[in-house]
Amino acid sequence: MQLSNRSKKVSNKKMTFAEKIYLPAIAGGLSITLKHFFRKNTATIKYPEQQRPMSQVFRGLHILKRDEEGRERCTACGLCALACPAEAITMVAEERKKGEEHLYREEKYASTYEVNMLRCIFCGLCEEACPKEAIFLQNNVMAPAFFERDQVIYGKDKLVEPVKKV
Amino acid sequence: MITTELAPINKDELMRSMGSKNLIAEDAVYLNDLTTLNLGPTHPATHGIFQNILQMDGERIVSGEPTVGYIHRAFEKIAENRPYYQITPLTDRMNYCSSPINNIGWWMTVEKLLGVQVPQKAQYMRIIMMELARIADHLICNSILGVDTGAFTGFLYVFQKREDIYEIYEEVCGARLTTNMGRLGGMERDFNDIAIAKIKKFIKDFPPVMKEFQSLFDRNRIFMDRTIDVGGITAERALNYGFTGPNLRATGVDYDVRVMNPYSGYQDFQFEVPIGESGDTYDRYCVRNEEIWQSLRIIEQAMEKLPKAEGGHFANDARYYLPAKADVYTKMEALIYHFKIIMGEIDAPVGEVYHAVEGGNGELGYYLISDGGRTPYRLHFRRPCFIYYQAFPEMCVGQSLSDAILTMSSLNVIAGELDA
Repeated sequence: MQLSNRSKKVSNKKMTFAEKIYLPAIAGGLSITLKHFFRKNTATIKYPEQQRPMSQVFRGLHILKRDEEGRERCTACGLCALACPAEAITMVAEERKKGEEHLYREEKYASTYEVNMLRCIFCGLCEEACPKEAIFLQNNVMAPAFFERDQVIYGKDKLVEPVKKV
Repeated sequence: MITTELAPINKDELMRSMGSKNLIAEDAVYLNDLTTLNLGPTHPATHGIFQNILQMDGERIVSGEPTVGYIHRAFEKIAENRPYYQITPLTDRMNYCSSPINNIGWWMTVEKLLGVQVPQKAQYMRIIMMELARIADHLICNSILGVDTGAFTGFLYVFQKREDIYEIYEEVCGARLTTNMGRLGGMERDFNDIAIAKIKKFIKDFPPVMKEFQSLFDRNRIFMDRTIDVGGITAERALNYGFTGPNLRATGVDYDVRVMNPYSGYQDFQFEVPIGESGDTYDRYCVRNEEIWQSLRIIEQAMEKLPKAEGGHFANDARYYLPAKADVYTKMEALIYHFKIIMGEIDAPVGEVYHAVEGGNGELGYYLISDGGRTPYRLHFRRPCFIYYQAFPEMCVGQSLSDAILTMSSLNVIAGELDA
């Protein structure tokens, strides 16, 4: 059936005599595979020792960033939890007390912040939603394998960026 | 007393009791001669979680009954509770061999509902990503078809090029398989220099590999003997079932959504629609191969047009597209829009809209009903794999079991898309 004038018939099922006797095809196929046999194979990466360079925008494991003075940026606004299509993020907000100004940037902060890595689909929507430059997906770290279920719920101890030593 | 003789049985009654509706057992004298074989749910040769309850007469298939729903994840229902931008990750997981097509098709549906005009540059960027996805999808299908006929080598050769395509995805959107690509009104970021260099390198490196792949299979007698007149379907039956995409084109009907109902600027591109003769496995293989070449042609044209295209990589519409991050941190208005969009409070009109794209497997349609709320009132995915799978028993009746595997493989039924 012709619907447009762009169609082009592509399959030809009639075999020529040379194709029917099959021997040339064997030789042709073998020559191709033999060529690969002697070609230097560059496709394999010996993974744990050798790692391929990841893209700058790769969506890997989450990190909660600190600002220039080492204070936590997150203000527990909950936008990342709202944007999460997998409902992986939970948090509890708390008010900053006197004397904690060096720990938290704003008056409100997340006392607990958990990402369930079993639910997380690494879509990057939390990173996009964050209005405080706090949560990012790192391009060079992946969520590691785990042995116990409770190891998979990442709390602030695993997520917050470690304090830079001067 | 033990009798070795079988008691005569009522054939119709036995067929009924076995639960099959379309049993064709003219050759079998007794149904006792038929073997019931469960092909699946986790059979390695079906490439996914499908179950086929086959009635076998020796090596011949007498009838088959497909079961669907093994990885049904209720995407259509989940989508009713998600704002529009959170539905893209769901579409990723339908046809996971070509997720950018699903993502972008979904965004185009929402844009149709909201009336967002996408700039030309963003459209061309989308076309490049969609055609790359089509190449990746067809490469998988054809090379796995080769594996099913017993030729493992070609599969490994083209898989390296598929890896290159995935690296391009990674550079554009940040992930390789579940891409979550595109945003309402454009793309999430412009192509960076690495992405453009990688696409150009792919255009240059891919043709020799593809030619090599084709020289291994196209005119190979074993491959031709295995695939010609296997799993055929007539154009009329295919149309009655609702076939689209490569499987319909293999029967000789040149229906392509990109030509018949152009979207995202496909009317600006020159490409041909490959068709087959009789809709058998070999035709489907040839049509997919030629579509890879046509997709490559489209990508080449799009890369030429991209620098001259008008507009940026997103629509300049503050109601729907997220403001720049630098503005969000400093300006109050941008912050308000940011919160509004993330919370899904975009002003969607009441209405219903259908948009179809030419997916990796066929016409991938999105039927969206909006009641003006932040989530769809109802969303239906027209998934081509679901339709192909209905025709599968009819196509494999009378064949041997190994041919049924080939038929399934060449239909490219993907479990994620079948069940959604």
